[in-house]
Amino acid sequence: MLQDKDRIFTNIYGWQEAGLSGAKKRGDWDNTKAILAVGHDEIVDRIKQSGLRGRGGAGFPTGVKWSFMPKEVTNRPHYLVVNADESEPGTCKDRDIIRHEPHKLIEGCLIAGFAMRAHVAYIYIRGEFVNEYRALQSAVDEAYEDGLLGSNAANSGWAFDVHVHRGAGAYICGEETALLESLEGKKGQPRLKPPFPAGVGLYGCPTTVNNVESIAVGPTILRRGTDWFSSLGKENNTGTKLFCISGHVNAPCNVEEEMGIPLKELLEKHAGGVRGGWDNLLAVIPGGSSTPLLTKDVCETMTMDFDALKAAGTGLGTAGIIVMDKSTDIVRAISRLSYFYKHESCGQCTPCREGTGWMWRMMDRMVRGQAEPHEIDTLYEITKQVEGHTICALGDAAAWPIQGLIKNFRPEIERRIEMNKTVTQAAE
Amino acid sequence: MSIHDLVADDQPEKFSFSAENEDKIVRIIAKYPEGRQASAVMPLLDLAQRQHDNWIPMKAIELIAERLGMAKIRVLEVASFYTMYNLKPVGKYFLQLCGTTPCMLRGSEDVTRCIKDKLGISSGEMTSDGKFSLLEVECLGACVNAPIIQVNDDFYEDLDYDSTEILIDALSKDTPPPIGSVKMRSGSQAETGPTSLEKMAAKSQKKKSEKTAGNSAEQSRN
Repeated sequence: MLQDKDRIFTNIYGWQEAGLSGAKKRGDWDNTKAILAVGHDEIVDRIKQSGLRGRGGAGFPTGVKWSFMPKEVTNRPHYLVVNADESEPGTCKDRDIIRHEPHKLIEGCLIAGFAMRAHVAYIYIRGEFVNEYRALQSAVDEAYEDGLLGSNAANSGWAFDVHVHRGAGAYICGEETALLESLEGKKGQPRLKPPFPAGVGLYGCPTTVNNVESIAVGPTILRRGTDWFSSLGKENNTGTKLFCISGHVNAPCNVEEEMGIPLKELLEKHAGGVRGGWDNLLAVIPGGSSTPLLTKDVCETMTMDFDALKAAGTGLGTAGIIVMDKSTDIVRAISRLSYFYKHESCGQCTPCREGTGWMWRMMDRMVRGQAEPHEIDTLYEITKQVEGHTICALGDAAAWPIQGLIKNFRPEIERRIEMNKTVTQAAE
Repeated sequence: MSIHDLVADDQPEKFSFSAENEDKIVRIIAKYPEGRQASAVMPLLDLAQRQHDNWIPMKAIELIAERLGMAKIRVLEVASFYTMYNLKPVGKYFLQLCGTTPCMLRGSEDVTRCIKDKLGISSGEMTSDGKFSLLEVECLGACVNAPIIQVNDDFYEDLDYDSTEILIDALSKDTPPPIGSVKMRSGSQAETGPTSLEKMAAKSQKKKSEKTAGNSAEQSRN
């Protein structure tokens, strides 16, 4: 188990003051100038060496992503954009960073922005987080007053501005190019890639979009050293991670733990265990709603890291763990996710716009067993026709939970169809 | 969908921003590079909504378009794409109940039932006195504190049937309870107590009790 001395987010539960004086006591903004003094490319290299992989879901190495930014600034300024549009069902970690550790994020913006030669960062925060926005904006204001942001940020000689931009309730804006569209004042509909944002991003300028957690861990990694960070976790899956444990556990919570912690240990040590005991476990969605579920037997030995979960046909995603015990109507639980994706499809690509509706309507019938057994294959086929055929990954995200359900709980779906038939026949 | 389904039938004839909001608008537009003022469309829609009883009239959309040099349809397109812009009136207390799976697993349907029992409204409806309206929304991003209702700007967390009843009663009397977890847990910490950072917890509790002691000492002096 991770020791407290290795925890990055020491105020994650908001026990202490979130503002600047509290943050400084926790070590934030401590000689930031010296961190920047090593130079743009050295910071990028160190983040690469630390092995940090993006905390927003895809797990792409953060340092490598930063290195895609041009080394020379032309007449197109560089931008850092922070994705705080946290909306993946099961995920609520960035909310805690924003409201309780905002200065880790703001200092991280300065460091990451400097590393990629940007003078401006936009933090795009989901619209529903109104109080979180207020906490963040007040932290930004404090940082300006203290000279940590502005024309000579933290006395480093580098000019740096941070602006907070509120979204307004569109899940799709968590997709990086949709977020950029939204920030430009348009509907949040994803762009085709290439060109990638590092070449053509916000306002047509080189841009890097990073998750809140990826940016907020930067200052601590650089202060404590890349060896420290990479000594935690597993090879290729280094460091610590905020896990969100929701659903049927005795004590749902957020907790920072080491990457690669066994799932069972995580649930039992921090979340009071599965409701009704471990044997009452039915399934776990390991990384936010889009990742396919794991059945209990796989959960026994599963470790929580990118590679192990990928090998099991699912993913670490955002590390939003949704636990379901045996009382769960599993078909309904997944069907509700299908409704979510139908609601959130931006409508741009036909397979997703139409497909999410088809999938939800079929899932809704499956919940009640009002289907023919062969329609399970039809449903699976539809998921395959949506997956990979859209501009962004929302189509994939809508398809995967259903694929996971059919793969693991096909007998349950068949049982309902059979039962519905029996009931209908009896009624006749 | 026609425009008539989208926006309110009864539209005010005029809309203008308050002097205070005009000041804010100058500061908002300054956040974005020159010539990119369209970026301010979302904050401006939000300002209009806050100024106008939590919904945006068409006149405001026209004004924002003019102010930002955008076509009206581009502003309306943004206003209708994002779910948080209300183009029709909502209740004084706009209840947005999260119904997505993590909340559903923790009993959001009991919360829905309580609202129906107490106020007689379902998702998309408003009480006849205009005090409450309800909308089932998608994941609010506070899953470890499920189930959640957002009342206007504020989250109420860890709800069940009974605590929803208390919440509705308090709102009916215009005395909103403290926001956050109705079980009074600190943020996303486990209800049963911290499982990490215990020393920090002890320290902050000590500080808190000192503070409370200080306050009461001060009070007794007064």
